[in-house]
Amino acid sequence: MRFLLQRVAFYLFTAWAAITLNFFIPRIVPGDPVQSLISRNQGRISADAIASLRVLFGLDSDRNLWEQYVAYWGQLLHGDLGLSFTFFPAPVSEVIGSSLPWTVGLVGVTTIVSFLLGTALGVGAGWRRGSWIDGLLPATTFLSSIPYFWLGLVAIALFAGPGSFFPSSGGYEPGLVPAFDAYFIPSALQHSILPAATILVSSMSGWILSMRNMMVTVSSEDYITVAHAKGLSERRVALSYAARNALLPNVSGFALSLGFIVGGTLLVEIVFSYPGLGFQLFQAVGSKDYPLMQGIFLIITISVLVANLLADVAYLLLDPRTRKS
Amino acid sequence: MNGKVLEIRGLCVDYGIGADAVRAVRDVDLTLHRGEVLGLAGESGSGKSTLAYGLTRLLPPPGVVSGGQVIYHPAEGPPVDVLTLSPARLREFRWAETSIVFQGAMNSLNPVHKVSTQLLDVIRAHEPTSTAASRLARAKDLLRLVGIAADRLDSYPHQLSGGMRQRVMIAMALALEPQLVIMDEPTTALDVVMQRQILGQLAELRERLGFAVLFITHDLSLLVEFSDRIAIMYGGRIVEEAPAARLYAEPLHPYTEGLLHSFPALRGPRRELTGIPGSPPDLRAMPAGCVFHPRCPKAFEPCDERVPVLGPPGVDDPTRAVACWLHPAVAPLPR
Repeated sequence: MRFLLQRVAFYLFTAWAAITLNFFIPRIVPGDPVQSLISRNQGRISADAIASLRVLFGLDSDRNLWEQYVAYWGQLLHGDLGLSFTFFPAPVSEVIGSSLPWTVGLVGVTTIVSFLLGTALGVGAGWRRGSWIDGLLPATTFLSSIPYFWLGLVAIALFAGPGSFFPSSGGYEPGLVPAFDAYFIPSALQHSILPAATILVSSMSGWILSMRNMMVTVSSEDYITVAHAKGLSERRVALSYAARNALLPNVSGFALSLGFIVGGTLLVEIVFSYPGLGFQLFQAVGSKDYPLMQGIFLIITISVLVANLLADVAYLLLDPRTRKS
Repeated sequence: MNGKVLEIRGLCVDYGIGADAVRAVRDVDLTLHRGEVLGLAGESGSGKSTLAYGLTRLLPPPGVVSGGQVIYHPAEGPPVDVLTLSPARLREFRWAETSIVFQGAMNSLNPVHKVSTQLLDVIRAHEPTSTAASRLARAKDLLRLVGIAADRLDSYPHQLSGGMRQRVMIAMALALEPQLVIMDEPTTALDVVMQRQILGQLAELRERLGFAVLFITHDLSLLVEFSDRIAIMYGGRIVEEAPAARLYAEPLHPYTEGLLHSFPALRGPRRELTGIPGSPPDLRAMPAGCVFHPRCPKAFEPCDERVPVLGPPGVDDPTRAVACWLHPAVAPLPR
């Protein structure tokens, strides 16, 4: 319990540091949204308009950095992430709220499925070393070294296009209204197949490889020989003795990968123009939308920290050796 | 108390297949009687552990049993050849008839399961009809048997000391009351005090439960004290076999003599410690004739040409056997 409290304290400190960095970094980057608006209009903006834009975006320069920082924390604690520049006057929390479900739905589900499938295949491959599954390993090594987005581009080139079942971009048929009904759900599913398959293929290989290698390592442990000598069934030795121990490093890897669900597949979302958080972040960076960037970074930071905490808890639950009395 | 429990006949174990194969155990004949402690001693690499793994079919690849028979005589029913058992029958045979205490006391227990889980699963696997309560009672009895409090059932392996872990392993080995317990250097990883305690306990348990023990160690001094008979292994062969006291008093094979002169006696006249010059043979390039002859101080004319056969050195001496040209066998060991 004490260990857990220590971890929580550590993560709170990390969160503070991350939020502080999150505040400063966009302000260190040269240029601001007003400037980009000016250049978007090729300078044809009156001085009055520029001044009012500055006030509007809260960029009036009489407040120093420290005051801004304090104000930022005050807003943050009220759940107010400011107004988005690009989707003005929509609040950032609303913009994030609308894209978060897409990312969590697509990447979250594929991450979990790829972990479960990959681990199961890895257990099989590691336990029956030298069987046909081992023949697949070079292919999985190859696939795991390919970046998601490239695989996505290949998938689009091969499977999407005019007349194809697979749409090449978007999260649903344009013209549909997002709702849980018989028109929208199938369309959303249809749009998610290609990106999901892309992520699945390239991320699952990593799980297969690491699980297989851990299984092979664990298989030569003394307690596995003992388990065989005890005359336990093959299944029990493989699952309760070998896989149970081999799983440990994979579980913490999985918990960490949960943290990257939110921001980790930015490129896939860009390639498929998927209306998720990564795509949103890409747009925010392009238009110097500080509040939106900060909001998204905040979400990513918090989810990575929560995932780390989850990894700690999972390890505590699964490995008795980490529980100090 | 008499009668055979395990007969090993002409057992050969190879590592690898084909031309690169290395023979680690050669034509080993060994018989264990009910309730006796047979010590198996030899240097590292002499094939003693390989023999134990081979006869229980636990050899990790690339080990292969390439010949011979391992005849097990159950308490009731006809004898069976362990090497030809089907996988299902082999699983039934394991632990229920022959259990093993391994060398690595530290790593023999699964680190993520409680002691109770690991004690109970083996009972459940072999006695599926038993009730959970009876299994738990048995597990508690077993721990008490080796001098561990029953509440340790809820401990994880890392919460036990090395000695306790090895005791748990011994308790586990006795869980199904096997006829034979193979001990592969069970106390090597422990300090001498713990070693003595555990061996004392073991001798007591054997007295009470009457199982036979195949005790494998490189520590001949231990065997002299704890075993009924001793077999000495060198280069994959048994080179001498005799009742413990006789082997200690009058070793016949020069290798046995060398081993006996490698540790000091606590009682009796002073003697010089000599050890054995040279190092164990390379399994890939075994010397012709007697494998020991390059290191043997007494090697003479036939030693580098012909392999001596293991057999009794005299007609009046059927209890011991030796494979040495100094004491040529009067007849090969009866099978």
